[in-house]
Amino acid sequence: MNSLILSVGARFLTALFLLFSLFVLLRGHNSPGGGFIGGLIGAAGFVLYSFAAGVEAARQALRVDPRAIGVWGMAIAVLSGLASALASLDPFTGLWLILADLALSTVLVFDIGVYLAVFGAILTLVFALEETL
Amino acid sequence: MSWVLALPIMIPFVTAVLAFLLRRSRMGDLASVGGSVASLVAAVVLIAEVLDQGVIAGQIGGWQAPFGITLVADHLSAAMVLITAIIGLSVAVWSLAEIGPTSARFGYHALFQSLLGGVTGAFLTGDLFNLYVWFEVLLISSFGLLVIGGRKSAIDGAVKYVTLNLIATVLFLAGAGLLYGATGTLNMADLRGAVAASPDQGLMTLIAMMLMVAFGMKAAVFPLFFWLPASYHTPHYAVSAVFAGLLTKVGVYALLRVFTLIFVGDLGYTHEILLWVSLLTMLTGVLGAAAQSDFRKILSFHIISQIGYMVLGLALMTPLAVMGAVFYLLHHIIVKTNLFLIAGVSQRLTGSSDLYAIGGLYRTAPLLAALFIIPAFSLAGFPPLSGFWAKFVIVRASLDLGEWLVAGVALLVGLLTIFSMTKIWAEAFWKAHPDGRQPALADLPRSARWQMMVPIIALAVMTVVIGAFPSAFLEFATKGAEQLLDPAAYVAAVLGEARR
Repeated sequence: MNSLILSVGARFLTALFLLFSLFVLLRGHNSPGGGFIGGLIGAAGFVLYSFAAGVEAARQALRVDPRAIGVWGMAIAVLSGLASALASLDPFTGLWLILADLALSTVLVFDIGVYLAVFGAILTLVFALEETL
Repeated sequence: MSWVLALPIMIPFVTAVLAFLLRRSRMGDLASVGGSVASLVAAVVLIAEVLDQGVIAGQIGGWQAPFGITLVADHLSAAMVLITAIIGLSVAVWSLAEIGPTSARFGYHALFQSLLGGVTGAFLTGDLFNLYVWFEVLLISSFGLLVIGGRKSAIDGAVKYVTLNLIATVLFLAGAGLLYGATGTLNMADLRGAVAASPDQGLMTLIAMMLMVAFGMKAAVFPLFFWLPASYHTPHYAVSAVFAGLLTKVGVYALLRVFTLIFVGDLGYTHEILLWVSLLTMLTGVLGAAAQSDFRKILSFHIISQIGYMVLGLALMTPLAVMGAVFYLLHHIIVKTNLFLIAGVSQRLTGSSDLYAIGGLYRTAPLLAALFIIPAFSLAGFPPLSGFWAKFVIVRASLDLGEWLVAGVALLVGLLTIFSMTKIWAEAFWKAHPDGRQPALADLPRSARWQMMVPIIALAVMTVVIGAFPSAFLEFATKGAEQLLDPAAYVAAVLGEARR
């Protein structure tokens, strides 16, 4: 696609998409949002970039193989669920670490895993499709 | 308790991660097989627990039902998980001989294990939205597996498959959204009461129909099946074997679960539609197969006609009929997977899957021929193989209801199934190879021979055992059907005694 507006705009929009996806990921604990939709928004940013600049450029901008991102996301999500076994609780029970005002939990870790899994899986599919079709 | 239920889902995903990280070496293949063994162990533990205690339920994250995600295993779920693990292990071993380093590096084993994890999740979840999530997991991993061959026809089949399945999942999502808006719950056990108590029964029937179309498309029933023959003959044989065994059965399972547990308010409407759908599914599937001349395409159309029998059992909704559906489901998964694996070996030996271009297997590979006879005759319903009992129960149940037409169609479809199987037999096995090739198992490298034949033999033995000693399996299916038709134990296990 040869559109000046798209190729210039995509650089800014991709960054904006990624930032917004992180925002959606983090607000997801108590409000609408979370890892799944965050991952989709983040992936949409790179999909847009691949439309504007080509798959090759998008792969380079991503630096890491999207399959690896997806698999590591899956690993993080599963491990966060297994963590509660150490505390002999039900699978996927949230474990909390409260540092003054900062509340960290395995729930957030799970969401980050889902974010990466969705992000990686969608980009793997879209890049593969764009390359073959 | 929860861990017994969660581990069969989690093990495949851990295996998928390991297999992906090790994908560049032979260790990745072994990780897949090792993980499948671990899944099998977890599934055996689960079914032992269910046989011991009846329906068991566990809450993910410790959130009590109906607020959290519940995992439930009754007889049907536990048996489906076990059979998924058996098929997973068989195909994982068989894959060692077929999947080359290129596909392995692309991440074949990781996708394969995520598929198994998704199937297991769908069988164990007690939450409608969670079921949707597992459908998405299935869709993504099956799409990956379909395109992994990378040929043009594979992409073509995969795009049809994904487009039609996306329509199904969107309908499912819309239905689930409506249901949540109307009843305020998505926990399946909780929905049973909530749907029955809803003042707007018309809306409930509408939602039931949306879910019926969504699951029907997944299960490949008439008239929503056309994605199946378009895509099942293109990927690796290992992929089509596991698809043939498990993917459509997830749809059948979802139909069985939802239309016995939740939507039982308007049986005259919903189950009447299911009845006609099942008859047309059986007929179109078997007639479609008669027109084909490709080994895998014939088998693909037969999946459709067999799905009809299972849906028929659900549509009749008597204890005997539902028992037949459960038994049919379990028997069919083993038989169908095995037939696709045999088709894979035959393609490897003869060089093609076009029946008119191959032949000579009976003379030079008699072991393969004998192993083909077992699942093929079982599929057609020859006594004393497992398919005979499955068909017998379904036909008997329809005769008990005085449904002569239904019984007649079921028997006719069985007859036409024999026609297709005879065609494969005559073309691929009996006649001489048109190019004068002498396809023999000895042509395969020694390791590939073992990796391919051991799973086929194991599945054939299971078919024979189920056929020869059906009473234990029929008893198990009866228990499963009782739990489906009277879900009091299911609801109590999920929500606790008080809310029953």
